[in-house]
Amino acid sequence: MANQARVGVEGSSTVLSGVGSETLNLRKRSRPGEKFIQGTLFICGIISIFTTMGIVYVLFTESWRFFGSPEVSISEFLTSTTWQPRVGEFGIWPLLNSTLITSFIAMVVATPLGLGSAIYLSEYATPRIRSILKPILEVLAGIPTVVYGYFAISFMTPLLRLIFGTSTVQIYNMASAGLVMGIMVLPLISSMTEDALSAVPRSLREGAYGLGATRLETALNIVVPSALSGIIAAFIIGISRAVGETMIVAIAAGAGPRFTFNPFEAAETMTGHIARISSGDLGFDTIDYNSIFAIGLTLFIMTLVLNILSGYVVRRFREVYE
Amino acid sequence: MSVLHDPNPLNPNAIEARGMSIYYGAFRAVKEVSFSIESQKITALIGPSGCGKSTVLRSFNRMNDLIAVARTEGEVIFHGQNLYGPDVDAVEVRRRIGMVFQKPNPFPKSIYENIAFGPRINGWKGTKAEMDDLVEQSLRGAALWDEVKDKLKESGLSLSGGQQQRLCIARALAVEPEVILMDEPCSALDPISTLKIEELMFELRRQYTIIIVTHNMQQAARASDYTAFFLMDQDRAGMLVEYGPTDQIFKDPKDERTEQYISGRFG
Ligand SMILES: Nc1ncnc2c1ncn2[C@@H]1O[C@H](COP(=O)(O)OP(=O)(O)OP(=O)(O)O)[C@@H](O)[C@H]1O
Ligand SMILES: [Mg+2]
Repeated sequence: MANQARVGVEGSSTVLSGVGSETLNLRKRSRPGEKFIQGTLFICGIISIFTTMGIVYVLFTESWRFFGSPEVSISEFLTSTTWQPRVGEFGIWPLLNSTLITSFIAMVVATPLGLGSAIYLSEYATPRIRSILKPILEVLAGIPTVVYGYFAISFMTPLLRLIFGTSTVQIYNMASAGLVMGIMVLPLISSMTEDALSAVPRSLREGAYGLGATRLETALNIVVPSALSGIIAAFIIGISRAVGETMIVAIAAGAGPRFTFNPFEAAETMTGHIARISSGDLGFDTIDYNSIFAIGLTLFIMTLVLNILSGYVVRRFREVYE
Repeated sequence: MSVLHDPNPLNPNAIEARGMSIYYGAFRAVKEVSFSIESQKITALIGPSGCGKSTVLRSFNRMNDLIAVARTEGEVIFHGQNLYGPDVDAVEVRRRIGMVFQKPNPFPKSIYENIAFGPRINGWKGTKAEMDDLVEQSLRGAALWDEVKDKLKESGLSLSGGQQQRLCIARALAVEPEVILMDEPCSALDPISTLKIEELMFELRRQYTIIIVTHNMQQAARASDYTAFFLMDQDRAGMLVEYGPTDQIFKDPKDERTEQYISGRFG
């Protein structure tokens, strides 16, 4: 494209300056620099594709070994509510359940706060206030998750135990991990949502104001619905971030798979379990070792589905403004 | 609403600007403009690009409030009250003085919802059937009903540019304003859609006061009752050069600069 544009300009200037057509040179030129850059970028792309493919390959082959061993069956894996490798029980549900509960709690915290702060930043805040608040949110996004983990265990858990009583709230519990995970995903949701809101053209807002809409009416009835696909995408990315989060749950949600719906009890999540098991010294090709790949594969499929879903939502519901 | 009740129903002036100056930060974009706009007439604002026509137009419904750096001095009198008075609510002003923009900007909602939005946010409390009726009346008012009556559920964005602009007019009519401000409403449209909108303006004049900014001299000449000609002074501040009945402005301009502009000699 750039080539064509340049040729076009040269061509017209030649004509304008009145020089004869013999001097007009449209022949292809070799551009070694361009070729080199293109090649380098291609290699970068290839490397990332191969890495991804390698990871997927390992996940599948190791999981294959796991499901191939006589102690395990896929139906048990998918239906049983006990995960006890020592007695040969491999049901994913305790781990999956706890992952879902902690992520759910996180999203209950992060969605309204993220949406609210994004609406505030994009529709209400003066440039001055925005220039103060945005960096704060970015700092929140930059805190290592291990710090969040200790924040959960040393602040959130005691707080919950103070409010609900030490007999109700266990020292390790899903609620504390989920709440802190919500604070962790908050900046992600907030900044993605704010991007979506800011992308709504000013003319739509003016249209609403011109009909006598207040700021709030404009924000809720026009701007948010117009940005809905972006907001849903932010929400889905937030979930997959929470599902995949490891450090906070490993520290605060407790060790040991347990099938419980009580958020104040300890229950290990999928990621927490993988982290704990793989940090012990497991022999290669033991069933314990292979089991973590099966969990990893489940996680991978979950986040993959979420990402595909968010891509679909963005494409399907993207508003064409003009 | 009670803020803006009418002390003198016989006043033929819909809006009157008194010594209005508008600033963007330190830059004065409009300098001491004073003129009165007659009710139920079409008034055209013309002048070269950047002379402050849009700025003046947007000051009539306090749209400039949305620009943080904009500031208005002087008075704009509407029903005997200064719209820039300390206790006037800009939201109420915009209900009474609607606006149609240069680029059609329908909401990404259905045609029906585009119309229903205005009444709903203004506390409309009727039945579904009454709303259906209001939607139909507004679309008829904007000469769009026949083209869209079978697809009210479709997105407003699925319409052509000219239809979208008439949808925006219908949307403005639905809140029953007294004045409709139009900022180059035809500049993004083809000649046939333009003609449709002009015909529509003549229809609307029976009920509404219309103020239109246009770059199209023929449009101003054929579609307006009054014409206001603006020009920039040496500080690039816009000022009102001449204002009068459209016939007089185009056939017998008093000011030399008006004559030069409409005959296409500068601007
Ligand atoms: N939001 C803004 N911030 C700062 N300056 C502005 C803003 N909007 C307009 N101006 C300035 O005010 C002056 C008048 O602008 P305005 O848009 O009213 O002109 P106009 O007559 O409508 O021009 P056009 O015919 O091109 O639409 C211009 O010098 C412009 O640069
Ligand atoms: Mg303009």
